[in-house]
Amino acid sequence: MLTRNMFGLPSMGWRNTLADLENLTRRMELLTDAMLGRPGARLMMPKAFPAINITEDKDKYYVRAELPGMKAEDINLEVFGRNLAITGERKIPSEGENVRYHRREREAGRFSRIVTLPGDVDADSVDAKLVNGLLTVAIAKSAAAKAKQITVKAS
Amino acid sequence: MTESKELQAKAKHEVATAGEQTRPGPVFTPEVDIFETDEELTLLADMPGVTADDVAIDLNDGVLTLSGDVKPLEGPGETDVLVEFETGRYHRQFALSDAIDQDKIDAKLEDGVLRLTLPKARKAVSRQIAVKAG
Repeated sequence: MLTRNMFGLPSMGWRNTLADLENLTRRMELLTDAMLGRPGARLMMPKAFPAINITEDKDKYYVRAELPGMKAEDINLEVFGRNLAITGERKIPSEGENVRYHRREREAGRFSRIVTLPGDVDADSVDAKLVNGLLTVAIAKSAAAKAKQITVKAS
Repeated sequence: MTESKELQAKAKHEVATAGEQTRPGPVFTPEVDIFETDEELTLLADMPGVTADDVAIDLNDGVLTLSGDVKPLEGPGETDVLVEFETGRYHRQFALSDAIDQDKIDAKLEDGVLRLTLPKARKAVSRQIAVKAG
């Protein structure tokens, strides 16, 4: 739902409308969850590889993905507008000619995924790390996207 | 293989472990590669998020058990926006047909991938016995 494919131009007007509509749908779902007493967001089927979790706190969005066996240099991240593009290639090195496989479940291949964040972000303040095969990208919210505390003044 | 393929989205494989779970939370089956040479059996398991301290390997009566714990990823004060995967324990068992030299088992965990090397035990029958002339 939050994913977007690479086709089309980000500058086209209808894209924002569509994003807003998706945002609205998502918020409706979260509202329904909250009303039914289900905490947080529901588990969704991943739209593309890798599966992604997004969380937020007061200042940042956090995008996480499981990328076991990958090195930092094999992952490419790009932030444009509200979107984060994660591309890369998972390589599984050959174990030699004379090995006999019993099971081969781990897969190698290329991937490319773009996720749209629910609010505006500061593209200059992105921090990414890969620890134990787990990618965490922390993206600062732009000043406009942060929730503001308003003090009520006594007259 | 020159042209690499496109990786497809898939959900993590959750297992229903009746009776053996002592803690709440989902349990997942790690994806594995298993291959052998004449000397050893090697197992590679994708266990993202697991640290070396949290992985347990047990070989008992020819049954190899792998398990690993993943600590919650989210920091305090984070709320979910989109959830496509959950984290929890990894658990998987294998029956080994060959006798394994238990003392020489080697386990390495790198970038969330466990590499387990299980050297095969030398079979007594293969020993050559020289007969000396009396």
